[in-house]
Amino acid sequence: MTSVTITVNGQSRSGDVEGRTLLSTFLRDQLTLTGTHVGCDTSQCGACVVHVDGEAVKACSVLAADVDGAEITTIEGMANADGSLGVIQQAFQDHHGLQCGFCTPGMVMSAAALLKENPKPTEAEVRHYLEGNICRCTGYHNIVKAIMAASGQDVAPPMAAE
Amino acid sequence: MHNFEFVKPGTVAEAAAALTGEEAQALGGGQTLLPTMKQRLAAPETLVSLNGIAEMKGVCSNDAGEICVGGGTPHAVVSRETASSYPALSKLAGMIGDPAVRNRGTIGGSLANNDPAACYPAGVLGSGATIVTNTREIAADDYFQGMFTTALEEGEILTEVRFPVPEKADWQKFLQPASRFSLVGVFVAKFADGVRVAVTGASEDGVFRWSEAEAALSADFSAGAIAGLSVPADGMISDLHGTGAYRASLVKTLTSRAVSGA
Ligand SMILES: Cc1cc2nc3c(=O)[nH]c(=O)nc-3n(C[C@H](O)[C@H](O)[C@H](O)COP(=O)(O)OP(=O)(O)OC[C@H]3O[C@@H](n4cnc5c(N)ncnc54)[C@H](O)[C@@H]3O)c2cc1C
Ligand code: FES
Ligand code: FES
Repeated sequence: MTSVTITVNGQSRSGDVEGRTLLSTFLRDQLTLTGTHVGCDTSQCGACVVHVDGEAVKACSVLAADVDGAEITTIEGMANADGSLGVIQQAFQDHHGLQCGFCTPGMVMSAAALLKENPKPTEAEVRHYLEGNICRCTGYHNIVKAIMAASGQDVAPPMAAE
Repeated sequence: MHNFEFVKPGTVAEAAAALTGEEAQALGGGQTLLPTMKQRLAAPETLVSLNGIAEMKGVCSNDAGEICVGGGTPHAVVSRETASSYPALSKLAGMIGDPAVRNRGTIGGSLANNDPAACYPAGVLGSGATIVTNTREIAADDYFQGMFTTALEEGEILTEVRFPVPEKADWQKFLQPASRFSLVGVFVAKFADGVRVAVTGASEDGVFRWSEAEAALSADFSAGAIAGLSVPADGMISDLHGTGAYRASLVKTLTSRAVSGA
């Protein structure tokens, strides 16, 4: 066992982990931050995306022990201080950017990484950036709209399945 | 995934010492190795993370004008740092996988793995780069030895890659959308003393140089110069994503595009 201390959403958190403990497992099972989802566990779907020292990474493909000392942001850290939804989260709600919600934590974390790097992306840039995030429900259009809206750009009214 | 002992040395020398242990293996970004271990296709007893070694990270240039990329440098950093000094390399690194993979996966891990459809092998062979390890320097032409096989010895650490900068170059990747690797990818680089054309994703022997095209393009660097050439389908990978003949045809098409794009 190795002792790991990380800063998660601004709070210092520690735990003992095995060598093989994944960051996703550490967050979900030991820190009970279950907002980070594990869809595939094979680095394909992006449901587990969190930020490690400000950069989007797949938490299922990183060892907890390898990020000892890092600053981690998870979906739980995206809400405002008063508990209300953050800008990107609110935009997902407003624009029907989710259905079952399984992919949403990863989508929101990827969107946040994109907007940090590129605050006013084009629609094509949003789609390209989401290459590693798979959604089996929405067909992506409303996710893209939500991210465009979160970046302060005009979008057409939300499209819901009739 | 079977359990293992995790160590994270701070220098190349310490990592090399740790890798002499029984069943010890290097860990780069883990984007290939961790999925492989989850499938139990690899089960090291000790995993030696190279992610704490500052001397293996970053991009700089040396007195010979080469671009030196530390073996532990993630794809996203390579893409960003070479955008103006070597745009074709930047383009290649920036098209690997997806943003999260690029933030974690490293050039050293990609080259040590030498997946037959990986992108860096084409950039490295096409540039005639030099692979630097903790013990020696290896020319790209001697480094790649077939699918998943390289000149690296057991426990040898890829610490740096030195890229000579060509006059012109381009990377053309025909995406295999499910894996996000190349179905076929071609890197073309024009140097003062000749043109190099390296192809990934196509051959059963892994990355290779298309020497006929190199000769034709060295005489006349235009897409027309290779119009009369053809690539034999023998020895090309055939799978559900494309036949050998399809891949052979893509090699020529992408080479033409890369020449026009350079
Ligand atoms: C969804 C997805 C899409 C991808 N798409 C692409 C793509 O389009 N193109 C592409 O080229 N790749 C792609 N990859 C692979 C990615 O580029 C990996 O980062 C890369 O193949 C391995 O690098 P790594 O640093 O993660 O190495 P690891 O997975 O940590 O290690 C791979 C192997 O290299 C060894 N190793 C690692 N570092 C060193 C070193 N410095 N010296 C010696 N040995 C070392 C390890 O022991 C292991 O055997 C993709 C991966 C995923 C998950
Ligand atoms: S759970 Fe990590 S990429 Fe799917
Ligand atoms: S909303 Fe269901 S997977 Fe995306």
